[in-house]
Amino acid sequence: MATQETAKIARIMRAPAIILLLIWMIVPLAMTLYFSFLNYNLLNPAGNSWAGLFNYKYFYTDPAFFQAVWNTLILVLGVLLITVIGGIAIAMLIDQPIFGQGVVRILVISPFFVMPPVAALIWKNMIMHPGYGVFADIAKFFGAQPVDWFAQYPLFSIIIIVAWQWLPFATLILLTALQSLDGEQMEAAEMDGASFFSRFIYLTLPHIARAITVVILIQTIFLLGVYAEILVTTNGGPGYATTNLVFLIYRAARLNFDIGGAAAGGIIAVVLANFVAFFLMRAVGKNLD
Amino acid sequence: MARAVTTRAKIGFTAAAWTVALLIFFPILYAIITSLKTEPEAIAGFDMIPSFTFESYRAVQTQNDYLKPFMNSVILAVGSTILALIVAIPAAWAMAFSPTKRTKDILMWMLSTKMMPAVAVLVPIYLIFLRFGLMDTRVGLTVMLMLINLPIVVWMLYTYFREIPGEILEASRMDGASLWNEIIYVLTPMAVPGIASTMLLNIILAWNESFWTIQLTTTNAAPLTAFIASFSSPQGLFWAKLSAASVMAIAPILIMGWFSQKQLVRGLTFGAVK
Repeated sequence: MATQETAKIARIMRAPAIILLLIWMIVPLAMTLYFSFLNYNLLNPAGNSWAGLFNYKYFYTDPAFFQAVWNTLILVLGVLLITVIGGIAIAMLIDQPIFGQGVVRILVISPFFVMPPVAALIWKNMIMHPGYGVFADIAKFFGAQPVDWFAQYPLFSIIIIVAWQWLPFATLILLTALQSLDGEQMEAAEMDGASFFSRFIYLTLPHIARAITVVILIQTIFLLGVYAEILVTTNGGPGYATTNLVFLIYRAARLNFDIGGAAAGGIIAVVLANFVAFFLMRAVGKNLD
Repeated sequence: MARAVTTRAKIGFTAAAWTVALLIFFPILYAIITSLKTEPEAIAGFDMIPSFTFESYRAVQTQNDYLKPFMNSVILAVGSTILALIVAIPAAWAMAFSPTKRTKDILMWMLSTKMMPAVAVLVPIYLIFLRFGLMDTRVGLTVMLMLINLPIVVWMLYTYFREIPGEILEASRMDGASLWNEIIYVLTPMAVPGIASTMLLNIILAWNESFWTIQLTTTNAAPLTAFIASFSSPQGLFWAKLSAASVMAIAPILIMGWFSQKQLVRGLTFGAVK
């Protein structure tokens, strides 16, 4: 009797969270799907009409669309490459016996807590600015011509900024994984004459493989949504050089008021994200039992 | 002899680690230094020693009414976190202590809502906000941020609650504790650390959220993210001022973040890495 009552209370306790998330998930997504089939522009006083697959076709034939998808992929892959390799290296370094490990950890983790607009503006104005930035000062010191980063290498510049923000995350997760590595096993391998390289390949890497997977998947979810860093630095330009999918959709919706087109782009973004999410869910799900 | 080598190795590792750490921290450090310079100093070339003027901090307040976006950030971050906790605590509690066959599926489904790209629902949310007059209001944005972070909050609380041993509950029940007493005297004291950690991480996430806060505000409800983003226009060339605004925007959350390293790992990996 008591358990039945408990189950009933439990159901009531669960309900608000589930219902809220259900509404949050279904209502806007259904609206996006519906809008994606409409000719719907906020500037068009004639109202909206059925468009069929026109919005998708329009998105698909727009050269900016492929550039945006490409930029999105390069951004995600570039940042992943830097943060995973850098994260492993830095995590292994901090994991060594060093003086002031606590402070080093705090310094390394700090960029993660910097809000995206601040991170991007610090880099844009104080580090990468061709006239007054630190990079320009260094170039001038060596007598070289300062690089105008955002004009010459716009997407690469954004990758640097975003990688700076996410390197701490990768480092922290990988460090946590490294610290549970069996020290005795490592010592035994060392005594048996295993080189640093083979110890890394056969002991360290398999041990942190799971953590690496988690880092890649979680970062991918967030990296697919990079927005503020682009907004405050290049505003998607020059041309479409730094326009990712998020920025393209934002532009369609908020600057061109093309609700139908933006909705179609949104659906494409969902499909892309689901692809990644599928793998993430499997990785996390395994750990639940 | 062996000891001497180890010490030398330790010094080597220390030097390398500190170099890397200072390089990574440098942009933040340089922003702090620049915020203490005068405007001409700020663009006068590389210099690590400022004149230690607090003029920029004062100017940001007098010229840009800094306190308003700052208070908006506090209200949005804390408000959305408290709202999320009110909804999530009972849910996580029920799933941890009275699990059913479907609990795992529900949790996975909640997580999947977090995978939905924000931009996919930009259009409907924007239209809903316009239609119901929620644009640029703190209420609308607080609810948005609550919904965005709700899955992480439920998940984190769930992983913390699940670590509370069930035997203690049974023991208290045997001793004749009512459900109410059980919750107040047995479970709550054990759950508080987990709730506090969850709260901390969620405030950090809400404080730094930079998509919806920029999309759905203009002036009245604009938090620091939108305020700083507005500096990207030409007037942002006042770098000492921009630095002062930036330092004030990140300082509270940076300090909170230093204390939440463990929770961060746990919360952002959904318990997959502990």
